[in-house]
Amino acid sequence: MLNFRKTDQAPLVSLNNTGVRRNGRWLVRGVEFSISRGEIVTLIGPNGSGKSTTAKAAIGVLKPDEGWVEKLPGLKVGYVPQKLAIDWTLPLTVERLMTLTGPLKGREVEEALHSTGIAHLARAEVQHLSGGEFQRALLARAIARKPDLLVLDEPVQGVDFSGEIALYDLIKSIRNRTGCGILLISHDLHVVMAETDTVICLNGHVCCRGTPQMVSQSPEYLKLFGSRAAQTLAVYSHDHDHTHLPDGRVRHADGSITQYCHPDDGHHHGDHAHDDHAHDHDHAGHVHGPDCGCGHKSRLQGFDNKERGRV
Amino acid sequence: MFDDFFTRALIAGIGLAITVGPLGCFVIWRRMAYFGDTMAHSALLGVALSLLFNLNLMLSVFIVAAAVSLLLLLLQKRGALSTDALLGILSHSALSIGLVMVAFMTWVRIDLVGFLFGDILAVSEADIDLVWGGGILVLAAIVYLWRPLLASTVNAELAEAEGLQPERTRLYFMLLMALVIAIAMKIVGILLITSLLIIPAATARRFATSPEIMAMLASVIGALAVTGGLFGSLHFDTPSGPSIVVAAMGLFVLSLLPFGRKTQTETAIHSTHGGHH
Repeated sequence: MLNFRKTDQAPLVSLNNTGVRRNGRWLVRGVEFSISRGEIVTLIGPNGSGKSTTAKAAIGVLKPDEGWVEKLPGLKVGYVPQKLAIDWTLPLTVERLMTLTGPLKGREVEEALHSTGIAHLARAEVQHLSGGEFQRALLARAIARKPDLLVLDEPVQGVDFSGEIALYDLIKSIRNRTGCGILLISHDLHVVMAETDTVICLNGHVCCRGTPQMVSQSPEYLKLFGSRAAQTLAVYSHDHDHTHLPDGRVRHADGSITQYCHPDDGHHHGDHAHDDHAHDHDHAGHVHGPDCGCGHKSRLQGFDNKERGRV
Repeated sequence: MFDDFFTRALIAGIGLAITVGPLGCFVIWRRMAYFGDTMAHSALLGVALSLLFNLNLMLSVFIVAAAVSLLLLLLQKRGALSTDALLGILSHSALSIGLVMVAFMTWVRIDLVGFLFGDILAVSEADIDLVWGGGILVLAAIVYLWRPLLASTVNAELAEAEGLQPERTRLYFMLLMALVIAIAMKIVGILLITSLLIIPAATARRFATSPEIMAMLASVIGALAVTGGLFGSLHFDTPSGPSIVVAAMGLFVLSLLPFGRKTQTETAIHSTHGGHH
């Protein structure tokens, strides 16, 4: 496969020690990552871990209360928000939705609708679409404007499994064709796209990061899921050097307890940096609280082969 | 039968209806009906201030309406009370402060009913110029702001992420509302302005297939309501402002009737079975 990461270019967007605070509480803190052209970055984490907040900070919708965000000047963003409710009183067809934030040529609209598989719904009112159809319409809208950076907040919510694979395939082909950077928020803790360059696990801060572990290349996986699914799905597993306590404090592997958890607090062992480590091996050595929820190996093993095998 | 005052009323009323049509669509799309009401009610405070300081009436109504909407934005950001409760407080406080101030000014006699319910039959040629001049300004601004306005109505974060400026757009929108209220006060009155914003737009919804068509239809339906209401008020000798609102309501009720279109039932089925995301 081609390597789309070009480290010599300036990143499209980079977050530097970014934190967002609301009502005296840090939603996320100490977030550091960047997205380059052609790179796919996936954010995973439990509910309320600050995935959407981080994405919004990255595209400038939320102003960081700490740290800073650098964007390439004139960066063109395509955004699929997590929640979008369109009032019934607004008559809006799928076709009209496409040109919501900027003008497009008829051919561009057609292409985008076609590639997301909803060309037949061009004239339908958006309020009449099913959850999955609406999600495709939003994705079509975001890609039709040919963005430099595509930000997808749970783009496959409400989409059934085969549709999910098709959408991930589509996202991959968009990246390959246009070379845009993609920031993807996954609704699923342990299933991410194989093409993801960097997976970032959030839980109020960056828990850990790395390349997705390529279990999909193992012969057993191929046998179970078929080569098509193997190209699309990947499993990312990792370990932690700290535990999130119920009251929001953090217990570190060395036994100390702090209010927050971020890279510079002296309780970490260097693995928060950019070292792409695949670490599915040493789970015995660290503490996992029941509320940690960062995607554990046990959940991985619960992956239901029978249900998801037929693709 | 076409007395001079009646023709003037008709011209002014139609001009106003065309102006408020698109604005009214945004009011219902953004669920801001109560907000429009609040701004309108604050107009009476504007009237009182104009009398007290000898200011131009329309200017002082515009300033007060704009100030109230900015105050609301500030209070919303503090987030202590719900928007609904804030609107209730601002709306009736502004109206009451206006009434109390007028009561204190024993040296002026004002036609309170005229301000509350409008006096369209008393419009002068200068008023017509204001209505049409202001109307063209408002419509031109809406055409210019159309894309950011619509995009931030659908989702402000989406609009902001993709390079539009929803905050600024919202501010412009509020200034346009304040301007329209200042213009409309004389014609339909403080208490009825919101109805002229909302009812024609709601009537247009059923026949519209796109936001643009709905905005234009709302203008046409509003103009029909003004015409019908004025002729009705002349014929039955009823107050003109309320007659216009009654005519608008009549058109709205007509739009609810299922006159033989299959799409109507389909729409009803779809909307009851969800489709809201």
